[in-house]
Amino acid sequence: MNTEEQRLTLTEKIFSEKAERIVKAGDYLLLDVDVALGNDITAPVAIKEFEKFGGRRVYDPERIVFVADHFTPNKDIQSAMQVKMVRDFARTHGIKNFFDVGKMGIEHVLLPEQGLVKSGDLVVGADSHTCTYGALGAFSTGVGSTDLAGVFFTGKAWFKVPEAIRVELKGKFTPGVSGKDLILHLITLLGVDGANYQALEFTGPGVAAVSMDSRFTVSNMAIEAGGKAGLFPVDAVTQEYEESRGIKVNPRSADEEAVYSRSIEIDLGTLEPTVARPFLPDNGATISTLTAEKIKIDQVVIGSCTNGRIEDLRAAAAVLGDEPIAEGLRCIILPGSQEVYLQAMREGLTEKFVSAGCAFSTPTCGPCLGGHMGILAEKEVAVSTTNRNFVGRMGHSSSEVYLASPVVAAATAVKGYLCGPDDAALERLT
Amino acid sequence: MIREGKVFKFGDHINTDEIIPARYLATTDPDELAKNCMEDARPGFGMREDVSGSIMVAGENFGCGSSREHAPIAIKAAGIQCVVAKSFARIFLRNCINIGLPIVELEQTDAMEEGDYLKIDFNAGQVTNTSQGAEYTTNTYPEFLQQIIQSGGWLTYATTHLAPQWVLEGERLNG
Repeated sequence: MNTEEQRLTLTEKIFSEKAERIVKAGDYLLLDVDVALGNDITAPVAIKEFEKFGGRRVYDPERIVFVADHFTPNKDIQSAMQVKMVRDFARTHGIKNFFDVGKMGIEHVLLPEQGLVKSGDLVVGADSHTCTYGALGAFSTGVGSTDLAGVFFTGKAWFKVPEAIRVELKGKFTPGVSGKDLILHLITLLGVDGANYQALEFTGPGVAAVSMDSRFTVSNMAIEAGGKAGLFPVDAVTQEYEESRGIKVNPRSADEEAVYSRSIEIDLGTLEPTVARPFLPDNGATISTLTAEKIKIDQVVIGSCTNGRIEDLRAAAAVLGDEPIAEGLRCIILPGSQEVYLQAMREGLTEKFVSAGCAFSTPTCGPCLGGHMGILAEKEVAVSTTNRNFVGRMGHSSSEVYLASPVVAAATAVKGYLCGPDDAALERLT
Repeated sequence: MIREGKVFKFGDHINTDEIIPARYLATTDPDELAKNCMEDARPGFGMREDVSGSIMVAGENFGCGSSREHAPIAIKAAGIQCVVAKSFARIFLRNCINIGLPIVELEQTDAMEEGDYLKIDFNAGQVTNTSQGAEYTTNTYPEFLQQIIQSGGWLTYATTHLAPQWVLEGERLNG
């Protein structure tokens, strides 16, 4: 037996499989990718570059996916022209995986749901939250538009195999605590550049109790610690999810003797609802330390590629109960895809939200990046289930964003100030 | 390659929303993006006449956040000669290599002041602060990345060495 083969991180295993030889952290590789993703902001840059460099026909239309999700339904003429460029390019080059308004979802909710990315895949996306698919045990990372154009030309991208940080999970979440709290806690431990150039790999006995939707949330925010990827092993939870999409996958995990740059242990049972205060995702604090401040909130946003899945909407609805949202507060709910939207309707969640006084939107990235559909005015304060709370991220440069889970966001929407779920809400969550 | 100019100094964790806020992303025109370069870090920066030909100096984790290539494109189109930072966020670094925006990782950026004059010699791996009379040595890139940089960027490299001819000619022969 080759001992080298028995000491690989999950990252090294996936790259080794793709390279058809054993590769280690630090190696540079030129590899075919399984999927390359672009959206209505990043794909136009790639299309222009492709044409500038003389591209006439894309190398392989099958591996390209475009999702028009950021400034859609188009917010203005410029953004309509951007989407039109992507739509026309998809048509010209036979790229069938172009998702337009009415069929699209937020890219990182949509691709796993549609079975377009799967465990073991090597994926690049011209969107930093492409790391989301690590939840499926794929190696998936955000790149720029030039990399996407490179895939148009060659089907390939260049990679440096990253080192990995092991995050050993044990125990299980208590009611009202979910993947969002885990990842905000971890980013606070690591710092916003604590995993720069590295992959996060989640392992340990606690993994089995983390739901698929929570895993997507956790992997999604690996980038907020600078991470190149955030990988979960492929286990029974992944297999069940993939099977529901008609995909059969084998279990896959890092070797026990794998070499990591660092190890962190987290007991899920000790985590509390956690919030990232303005203006960086690593500015974390538990909700219990903030509630007494009674921070008045103008707007709550529930949705995004981080927390726009059905489990997120169920949790938010459970916390709302039959309460209306607070006077003077606006609450915008954005399901992550058409499938999530329909499911929310079937389960009566939509009616509950609208009756409570929330706006319920078609899927869009919209307010998360301060694009449209809920921009903050001067000095307004938001609680959002999204992924970034940078200066001016969701609107005016004097506005503020607190990042939180759907549970905290919904509890806040009811009370009007930043807070966690009360006992009755916790009861409904169990 | 030598790049030189007057320093504009920025702090740690300058993110891509500060470099080019999303409200300016409904265009891909480099000149338009350049006008709004660094708008949320230093309002009005992109409209200053002395930005072109200057050097940007920053602290840790420059370019963190979104993958938007509009960020290095805005900096490049603004005429910034080079970005010198203690460290760069991964996707931003990748984008700079891919589009040919020169960047240098250097630990000692705290010592540099706004308005200092910097000269960066990429071949010698040397950064000179002529205002302070200080010299620093930088790391060079691994060979694989040097090939991309010397080609002038990823797409020049990819279209010259990797892309099949039919991709460029529009006709795929023999299926």
